Amino acid sequence: MTAPAPSQRAATVEFDHVTKSYDARASASGAPGAVNDLSLTVPAGRICVLVGPSGCGKTTSLKMVNRLIEPTSGRILLDGVDIGTRDVTELRRGIGYVIQQTGLFPHQTIEDNVATVTRLLGWPKARQQARAEELLHIVGLDPAKYAKRYPAQLSGGERQRVGVARALAADPPVMLMDEPFGAVDPIVRERLQNEFLRLQEQLAKTILFVTHDIDEAIKMGDVVAVFGAGGVVAQFGPPAEILASPASDFVARFVGTDRGLKRLSLFRVAELPLTPVITARPGDNGTMIRRLAAGDPFDYVLLTDEAQRPIGWLHRDRLPAGELSVDGVESTTPLLDRRTTLKDALSMLLDADVQAGLVVDRTGALRGMIRLSDVADWMRHTGVRALDATERAAADAGAEMAADAGGETEDAVGAAGAGEAPG
Amino acid sequence: MIDWSWIAGHLDDIAFLTAQHLLYTAIPLAAGFVISLALAVWAVRCPVVYGPITAITGLLYTIPSLAAFALLVPVFSFSLLTAFIPLTTYTLLILFRNIVAGFEAVPREVLEAADGMGFRGRERLFRVEIPLAVPLMMAGLRLAAVTLIGLATVASILGSSFGGLGQLITEGLQTFFPTKYLLGAVLSVALAFAVDLAFVRLERFVTPWARARSESAVGPA
Repeated sequence: MTAPAPSQRAATVEFDHVTKSYDARASASGAPGAVNDLSLTVPAGRICVLVGPSGCGKTTSLKMVNRLIEPTSGRILLDGVDIGTRDVTELRRGIGYVIQQTGLFPHQTIEDNVATVTRLLGWPKARQQARAEELLHIVGLDPAKYAKRYPAQLSGGERQRVGVARALAADPPVMLMDEPFGAVDPIVRERLQNEFLRLQEQLAKTILFVTHDIDEAIKMGDVVAVFGAGGVVAQFGPPAEILASPASDFVARFVGTDRGLKRLSLFRVAELPLTPVITARPGDNGTMIRRLAAGDPFDYVLLTDEAQRPIGWLHRDRLPAGELSVDGVESTTPLLDRRTTLKDALSMLLDADVQAGLVVDRTGALRGMIRLSDVADWMRHTGVRALDATERAAADAGAEMAADAGGETEDAVGAAGAGEAPG
Repeated sequence: MIDWSWIAGHLDDIAFLTAQHLLYTAIPLAAGFVISLALAVWAVRCPVVYGPITAITGLLYTIPSLAAFALLVPVFSFSLLTAFIPLTTYTLLILFRNIVAGFEAVPREVLEAADGMGFRGRERLFRVEIPLAVPLMMAGLRLAAVTLIGLATVASILGSSFGGLGQLITEGLQTFFPTKYLLGAVLSVALAFAVDLAFVRLERFVTPWARARSESAVGPA
């Protein structure tokens, strides 16, 4: 991640009444899912996740963008240009393609694999190699260690990084990713997702991302298209909107009954208004503090050190008459970082003795607290407004969506960062 | 029984016949490989031809070698062509089937990735499919080469115009001279082993990646 950021180039991807149907014989022999009248627009520089059960047409939709599958009817436009009118080889060389099993060439070194498209494009050898090294840096693999190895000598996660590097080689404006993190274990997947989101912050490519995992869709997507049976898009919108107001029973079932919790993972502690805390220092007079806390709705007073770092809670009814001391602390409580997701924060609150999370800054100094009721109130009042039918149509046309998606990017990235937030 | 002095006095001839044998193995092998590769590419692109090609090459393979040479004598008389044509056709079944198996062993996702990244048909064939089919191709080549070394001794029935180690055997048997026919037999066996070993070495040399794969079990996690 230390290499210079590649140039930011992205294109709009637009599906215009795209249908792919298979005849009965092809369907019986296990042809991929059909797609029925798909119309949606992915704004430039955004991640659009296509999610749904298997056979719902999400992979078919993806493969129609690089014309591995040709639509039965309808058009797909890249930056307004119908891809059907473009030379198929030239089109594919301009689109990054990442698949689940990586599809790395086993007979080529990592360096040669990464240089695949630049070689096809006829770049000079030295430039191909320099670019391959740069990309290996970008995806977090040391070229000195990896360039001359073969794919079989890498772990699943490393191979998947090489797959991403290879897709980025010619700096394509659009990337297609077909379950790119599906074949690695959950811990590696989480790390790859976070790294990819951080990378995307710099790259700002237009990305179509296929997954069957709704949690991955919510985490990765600026916008999410939920595919239902028969290749129909059941709902298209930012993740928060899909979780807050599923468009149908199918979507509600697909996102799961825990969709309220999933929504929490989209927001960070930083977005909540903090409640002030009554604090005291060791050595302060107990009676005075009790008087100070008398009118407060919260039953506890927080003992802090001279740098405002929390020590622990004291119940106001049990404050000693004399000097307060560290020994009197009754209970402690989780410390939250401003980047902690509300889902993690809620989980910590439920586990704590005093159900208030203390939000601290980088130095560990107190900024305020959030309580269970704060989270509940905020979710109730900040819930994404359900769109009515006309607004939904407008959003589908892509006009409103760019704006909505802009707001959501931050959240998705926040969720990604939570794993690394200091506790 | 062995006349060592005869061997010592004919080292030049023996070396010549051995080299000739090797050459007469290499030519039909190369011809058979080119034909089989073309047939295999055709069969992979167009699977309906796989059955007929297997049937025809199988039929050619069943013709007894001596009979094949005899049948071609009226057409090409005692020329090298009379020997090379059957020797070539004997390799087809082995090579064709192995090359097709090699192509089929190329992982689907690798081909999909190649297509998705914009390889043209020929680029994909030469840069992806053929290199990945090499291990199984080499297995076929080894088998065909060893078979040919054996058959080339039989071809010496066509007389001294063909030569090779078979000439030592044939002449030795005709003149009741054990040194000659035993030497021919031992050298052809040794040649078969040497060629087999050479192919194993060659395969390792041209497919370093395949070794990487077999070592990955103990490689970095």
